[in-house]
Formats: sequence, structure tokens, C-alpha cells
Amino acid sequence: MSVRVLKPGLLTSLQDSGRPGHAALGVGRAGAIDGPAWRLANALVGNAGDEAALEFTLVGPVLRFEHATVIALTGAPVEARVGGQSVPGWTCCALPARSELQLGGMRQGCRGYLAVRGGFAVEPVLGSRSTDLHARLGPLHGRALQAGDRLSVGEHAKWRALRATHAPVHLPWGLDPQPWFDFAHAPLALMRGHHFDQMDDESRRALFKAWFTVSKDSNRTASRLEGQRLQLQQPLELISEAALPGTMQLPPSGQPIVLQAEAPVTGGYPRIGQLAAVDLARLAQRKPSDAVCFQPTTLEQASERLLRRQQRLQRLLRDIAQRLEDA
Amino acid sequence: MTSGIDVEPLAEDALLLRFGATIDAALNAQVHAAAVRLRAHLPTVECTPAYASLLLRFDPAEWSRDDDEPPLRRVREAALALLEGAASVDEQPRSVDIPVLYGGPAGPDLAAVSAHSGLSIEEVITRHTAATYSVAMLGFAPGFPYLLGLDPALAMPRRADPRLSVPAGSVAIGGVQTGIYPEALPGGWQLIGRTPLRLFDVQAPSPSLLRPGDRVRFHAIDEAAFQRLIDTPGAVR
Repeated sequence: MSVRVLKPGLLTSLQDSGRPGHAALGVGRAGAIDGPAWRLANALVGNAGDEAALEFTLVGPVLRFEHATVIALTGAPVEARVGGQSVPGWTCCALPARSELQLGGMRQGCRGYLAVRGGFAVEPVLGSRSTDLHARLGPLHGRALQAGDRLSVGEHAKWRALRATHAPVHLPWGLDPQPWFDFAHAPLALMRGHHFDQMDDESRRALFKAWFTVSKDSNRTASRLEGQRLQLQQPLELISEAALPGTMQLPPSGQPIVLQAEAPVTGGYPRIGQLAAVDLARLAQRKPSDAVCFQPTTLEQASERLLRRQQRLQRLLRDIAQRLEDA
Repeated sequence: MTSGIDVEPLAEDALLLRFGATIDAALNAQVHAAAVRLRAHLPTVECTPAYASLLLRFDPAEWSRDDDEPPLRRVREAALALLEGAASVDEQPRSVDIPVLYGGPAGPDLAAVSAHSGLSIEEVITRHTAATYSVAMLGFAPGFPYLLGLDPALAMPRRADPRLSVPAGSVAIGGVQTGIYPEALPGGWQLIGRTPLRLFDVQAPSPSLLRPGDRVRFHAIDEAAFQRLIDTPGAVR
């Protein structure tokens, strides 16, 4: 079973849930930037958990499936076609052998996921199949997909849910993306960081009032924001501390940076905020020039929302498994 | 040991233990001792040491129980209880000896460091190999050690124009620290030499040659020894 990459798209990489446990050696976690979307794509094809899926950015890849394959697309809505037929997202589709899947651009959002039944069979590196583009670690020597790459698909136990013969077929049901994809561009919940109070009055007000836009320099390492310049009352000399995704740093440029999945393991910029974990993927889904605003939250509220989302996701994963079993 | 520790809840799944606010070898040793102790007793908490602080990351689901106590507070209490009254250092640090070919194409900034310090090239090498360093933390890239213990006479600011690619194994000075580039990377530190040892290898059972808290010494080797080591398969590049 293999998949050939005809066109790689803008930036497509293999991702799983990440590579925890090695930060002390300078190795970050990486992993899917929109965790729930990645996890649901795997669930929709009947994968058990941590299989590698493709994460694509703004413009998806064109892939040729040599054998009949079961796929699912989640994340940002993307135009997907096999021959003349469109392939819906947030459900499970069976593609016949020799299908050429063409993914187009995204109208909203900027990261999509493609999971295959059995997962992409690549060797784990330090226990994970995620690609750390910055550290050049992981599958394909830590690089993004290129035209001509051939990806193997893992074996999977018996599968009854769908079988395609001549044209793609999909399940009669799909998931509502609404709870998992922020179509409304809602305000993002931000906790005050250790150095929040060191900003001048105007900057403290602006952080929760002004609109920012996502910079085109954003990537898997960080979402960079543009807009009103924020500044400290006086410069701080800080020593490096461990860093983590969701941290909003304020570099000397005055334009805040929110660390993402490929956050470096250490950093030395003032930390003015910490984005609620449930809103981190929402920020990652805003594309360059999209607007962003923040509303204050507390660690207790953020923890509560995270717990509730985990419970909702677990329930949904069980439902999906059950429905695939019944199919 | 807990008296001087400031605990900052950072995120839903992370706490920062801060032991101080300076780059200081004794403070850093305290951080590593705490990391060793916490790892031994709280295997599900990931400890990431930096100069004067220790990041604790955990899975909130794994740390929640039926009662209402938030996982963050539970981890905080477990960590502080373990550090309460703990001896400062429980185990002897490992020592790692690193061969370095100094100067020439392997260390293109050695002459600049010599000029900046007012010391002869020989004296720079003598002083760089005389010190015992400690690995304060790893970061910037997998396996990149920030080493404390540089002779203050050798301290030198970073280059005004960072190099786009520094060869793997380059031994460098950046401010009051010295470090080694594990891979070819962009970098602004002053390059004084190069080691043939491989610092980071994902295939190895222990991927990083150096770990936080290790002691490091450098010794000078000549071109022939460098070539011999670099051509040897296995532990070397």
C-alpha cells in the first residue's frame, strides 16, 4: 500500500500527537498543530490513536493512491476532488485503487488533516512520527513532503465500513465541524503572563482591546501578530527559561509572538500572556492577515474548558468507533 | 531546599519552579538536583531544566482525581513535598571529555578571541582546556549544550553578523558561555575549534552525548587525531 506525492502543496508534513519527554535534551514536542482535528481524522478512518496523518497548510497536496485506501479529511474546509467527484470532509471516504486526490486551497482556516486507514507507516524517531521541521527531526529526515515522495500505508485489521470499486464512496454520516473549527473567529482567551504588569498602561489595555492580525511570517513554531506595538515600562534583562506552546512573548519589536506546536524548548523574551490551551489551535487556524483579539481568562477557567473539551472529544471518539463497528 | 523556590503556574499543564534569576553554577546545580529528584519520584512529570528554573509539564487528565483539587495544585504540592529538605545534590555528575581541534579552518574566530582577550592563541587554548564546565541546559537545537564555567578572560560578545551555517561539532564562545553546535546550524557565536564527536544521534540509545548537569572538559587534539576520530564509525560523526 503506498501513496505517491504528485504535488506537495504549500507545506505538508507527517504529524502525530508529538514527541514528549525529550525537552531536557533540547528536543521539542512538535506534533499536529490542531490536535483535535488530527485526532478526529484518525478516528474517522478507524485508527486507534497515535497514527501519523498529513497536516497541510493553506494549499493541500495532490496525491495518487496506488491501492484502494480509506481516508478522512478534517481541519480547515478544503476543496477535495477525485476525478470529477468531490470528496467531503469530516467523514470517512473509500477511494478506489489509482485514485488521484486533488486538494485545493482553503477559503477559511489554514491547516487541514488527511488520515489514512492504517496510518502512514514511517519509522518513529524518539518515539514519535511527527515532523519537527525546525530541528529537522522525524520522518523524511524532518522535512516537509516533496513531489515524488512515496509514503507507505500501514496494515489495518478487517474493515467492513466502506469499500470503493470504481468511484469514491463515503459514509452517509459525518461530523459537525462546528465545535472543532472556529468559523466565527471568536475572541481568544488569554491568561496574563509573568511580565504582563511590566508593560506600560497603554499596552496593558491594548492587549485586551486592540485587534491584531496574523503575520505572514507565522509558521509551526509561532503565530506572529501585527498591530499596535506593545512595550514594557523599561527593558528587562532575562535569562532563558523553558518555553512551551501557547506562551505569548514580547520581543523588542513590540509585536507579540504566540509559540505553537514547534515551540523551542527554551526562550528568553518577556512572557506577557499564555493562551488558553483550547484556543491555541484556533489561533493556529487563522491565516495571514486574519484578525485576532483576546479576552482575559484565568487558569482555573482555562483548565475547566480544557477538561470539558477532553471529555467531549472522548465521547465523540467512542461514538465514532461504535458507529464504524455497526456499519 | 524549598525555601527559595518561587512557583509560577504557567499553563493548564505546566508549572515553573524558579530558584533564582541569575546565571550561576551553584544555582544551576540546585536546578539539576531538583530535576533528578523529581524524575525519580514523579515519572509522569516531564522536567526541563534551564539556568535557574525547572519547567514541570504533566497530563492534567492523569493528575485529576474525583475530588475537586485541581491537577496543577496536586502536582505543585507533590513537587514541593519532594524538594522539602532534600539534600542539595544526591548523585555525582557524569564527566565527559571532549577532544577539540582548535584554530585554523576548524576555529575561524580563534584569532579574534585572542585579540579580544589580549591573550596569545596558545594561552586561549590553555585556558579553554583548563576549566571544568557544567551543562547548564540543552536548547536552541537538539543536543546543544549551554556550558557554564568559561574563564572570564575568554568571554566575548557574539558576532555582529551571524553565520548562516556553522559546521557540526563547532566549539564556540557566546558571551560568558561556551557551547558546541551538534548539527550544521545558523549561529552567531565565535568559533574557536571543532570536535569530531557526534553530539546528537537519534539512533543511539541515549541520543544526546551530553545531559543537563554533566561536567565537561575539553582537550586539544591535532589534525591527524581529528581525522582519525572522524573516520571512526560509531560514536563519532
